[in-house]
Amino acid sequence: MLGRIRAALADRPGPVTVPRDYDRTREAADPLALLAERIEDYRAVVHRVDAAGLPGRIATSLAARGARRMAAPVDLPTSWLAPEVTWRPDTDQSLTIDELDGIDGVLTGCAVAVAETGTLVLDAGEAQGRRVLTLLPDYHLCVVRADQVAVSLPEALARLDGTRPLTFVSGPSATSDIELNRVEGVHGPRTLEVVIVTGG
Amino acid sequence: MAGRGVTWLGTPTFPKAARTALADTQLRTNLRNATTTIRGKRAGAVAELPDWEPLRLAGEAIKDEVLADLGTYLERLEAAVTARGGVVHWARDAVEANEIVLRLTREAGADEVVKIKSMATAEIGLNEALAEGGVQAVETDLAELIVQLGEDRPSHILVPAIHRNRSEIREIFRREMPDVPEDITDEPRELAEAARRHLRQKFLTAKVAVSGANFAVADSGSVVVVESEGNGRMCLTLPETLITVMGIEKVVPTWSDLEVFLQLLPRSSTAERMNPYTSVWTGVTPGDGPKNFHLILLDNGRTDTLADTVGRQALRCIRCSACLNVCPVYERTGGAAYGSVYPGPIGAILTPQLLGEDVDKQARSLPYASSLCGACFEVCPVRIDIPEVLVHLRAEAVQAKNKTSPEAVAMAALAWAMGDARRWAAAQKAAGIGRLLSRGGRITSLPWPGSKWTSSRDLPAPPKETFRAWWRRTRG
Amino acid sequence: MVVVRVALFATCVTDTLYPRTGQAVVRLLERLGCEVDFPAAQTCCGQMHYNTGYPKHAAALAADYERIFTEYDAVVAPSGSCVGMVREIYPKLLDSTQAAIRSHELSEFLVDVLGVTDVGAYFPHRVTYHPTCHSLRMLKVGDRPMRLLRAVRGLELVELPEAESCCGFGGTFAIKNADTSSAMLTDKIKGITETRAEVLTAGDNSCLMHIGGGLSRLRAGVSPVHLAEILSSTEEEPWQAVA
Repeated sequence: MLGRIRAALADRPGPVTVPRDYDRTREAADPLALLAERIEDYRAVVHRVDAAGLPGRIATSLAARGARRMAAPVDLPTSWLAPEVTWRPDTDQSLTIDELDGIDGVLTGCAVAVAETGTLVLDAGEAQGRRVLTLLPDYHLCVVRADQVAVSLPEALARLDGTRPLTFVSGPSATSDIELNRVEGVHGPRTLEVVIVTGG
Repeated sequence: MAGRGVTWLGTPTFPKAARTALADTQLRTNLRNATTTIRGKRAGAVAELPDWEPLRLAGEAIKDEVLADLGTYLERLEAAVTARGGVVHWARDAVEANEIVLRLTREAGADEVVKIKSMATAEIGLNEALAEGGVQAVETDLAELIVQLGEDRPSHILVPAIHRNRSEIREIFRREMPDVPEDITDEPRELAEAARRHLRQKFLTAKVAVSGANFAVADSGSVVVVESEGNGRMCLTLPETLITVMGIEKVVPTWSDLEVFLQLLPRSSTAERMNPYTSVWTGVTPGDGPKNFHLILLDNGRTDTLADTVGRQALRCIRCSACLNVCPVYERTGGAAYGSVYPGPIGAILTPQLLGEDVDKQARSLPYASSLCGACFEVCPVRIDIPEVLVHLRAEAVQAKNKTSPEAVAMAALAWAMGDARRWAAAQKAAGIGRLLSRGGRITSLPWPGSKWTSSRDLPAPPKETFRAWWRRTRG
Repeated sequence: MVVVRVALFATCVTDTLYPRTGQAVVRLLERLGCEVDFPAAQTCCGQMHYNTGYPKHAAALAADYERIFTEYDAVVAPSGSCVGMVREIYPKLLDSTQAAIRSHELSEFLVDVLGVTDVGAYFPHRVTYHPTCHSLRMLKVGDRPMRLLRAVRGLELVELPEAESCCGFGGTFAIKNADTSSAMLTDKIKGITETRAEVLTAGDNSCLMHIGGGLSRLRAGVSPVHLAEILSSTEEEPWQAVA
């Protein structure tokens, strides 16, 4: 096949210089507010709290949802683990597919968030766990720290390692397959709730 | 099926298929509603980015850079994927690619695969080939499911069931889905819910998944799939073995090049700032996702396309389908009239090129399925000059045809007359006789092929005096 | 007023079927101080040949065009489509395109070269404007025709719904894919009749021939009139419908 490619390029096109005149570093007056607004556009629930208010916010959200059994990455900060809930940590990938399918939800952090597009990026790193954790439960509660928020996609990609397993999440599972209108809720989590932690 | 797939055997040429489609008023209403909605939304999503044009220019250039040195980038990709525990296969055509998928599936001990919608696997007719080998392919994308259950053909690159409205989808589900609730309404949320229940067990028990790829990064070996429903994530995460079939033109040089395409693609396709889910994986990650990863690099006519200096720009295509949504022809005829897995303007240039020597009468009619209005080029996120390629392919079709065809003779005669002003004036005078056919300044009926015009439109009667005659009389 | 020496490229369609448009361009440009010539050797830009797949015939006509118009400061044509062919496609067919790059569609010439939007016209009718595909997307004439029309005294300009969608002409497309073309035309005509305009105008007689043919068949009571004819119409010499 390489020989066919060489033959096809007998006219020796290029080399091409790629014009990079697009915005690689876009600014926003209030990135956190922009992120919240854009995630809400996808009909996800967003809260903004300071660091001290985070544990209480998590507990309130889980209680409101009626979530009693929650999956958790093994390295979730202990302060996030609301006491009224039974936490099922994914120690050594011990959570089975059936268990995850039947659980009330999952709580994670994220690696990066993109304000402009309302996107959360999970890279299986700190407080995130493996990909399946945020796929099978029908409810995903995700915590974003202020320092994890990038304004634009170029800025976000520069912070990420492309060789890690990555999932970009922009709102709950949705489809545009019926009359080309976006409606929420197919195979992934049908409820996405995001807590943005302001300040340090 | 033809050696390379791509088209459906025995479908009529475009003008004939279009005639049938145009008579279907429900189809036209559905298409009009869907494309009108998405056109407006796309314009809004694009207007939001102040640097849209620079992004298009960058997207075009990155793709051209890849195509200009495709062999190098593919070898780099192969090395990176292999280093990360993946296995890379090279497939020259549909037959080879299908054989590889079938062999790998059997080796994994599976007789069923779950699939995330992929144009590459549709192009090679993978589902049919697997079925012949005793393996069932389960499409998990909602629109693909609607098409499969409705025993239909896909009619759009992104939304294969765009020709169906919600109440038709409800009827298909009620008829064909055994576990559907009796009282299901045509509310899209309920329909999506039914699809979720229908496919859940398949996902949870599948051993092998097959996907396509939107992009693959040569430097890192990262493969990218862009989707909405989460069926892609299911396929890419749960089964032990993942087989990805990717056209060789999907490679991009570096990780940071994705910053261009992940902005261009969602806004152009579903008119969203970002699609719900984008997955990126590199080879195999222990403890997270499939244990075996196979990447099949598919040619299937792409090197032939690459060899055409005008036509090769079609390989920039990122399958966003924006050109379909703005095309006035597609809006009226729908996708099935194109008789190809690639409908619409991009299909009209991609289908005949991918088929190469296998091109048939039907595929040869596709470059004419355009009024050359240019709306497709205007929205294309990688600036494929589709009208330019359409005209180029028409010239190739003319070359391949008999020089004494009625059209070729007429064109030559007209060019001869236009080659000299005196001959042209004489021809105009002769055409003036058309006045005799007119009544009240209008010609309402002409013999073939003019009848194709006068079937729905009048023609003005030629004036008594042409402009040049007036000029000579008054100014000459 | 500066006298500009311009050549009129009438185009084969206007020359043969719509002499009134050519006459209107001459009258309009002379009123604006131009010295207008009509080089008699001209015939056709070759677009139909090119777009139907006969680039060699088109290249011969392109070479003729270059030779015929090379001595003029500017070439003006009442057609976005033909100027699109000349300016955008000739560079692919010819080594030198001196005349082609000095070619202008009428509204471009008026607004950009002569710098006028009010051409002193008078046209007391209800008018809607169809932006033809090639003037819109190949030449990007933008709102120039609308600016010219808005400055016409007595003219009531009404917006055409879905103005930017193609009328379905497309040269030989109208014959080769006649059914699809007719379906596009039907929708275009629906938009036009909704405006209740008396006159449909555009910068291309080919598209006007197509739409006008449909309007005439339906006896819709809307007259297709080229932009040049509206702009050339004055109170002293008003435009008159063909008897």
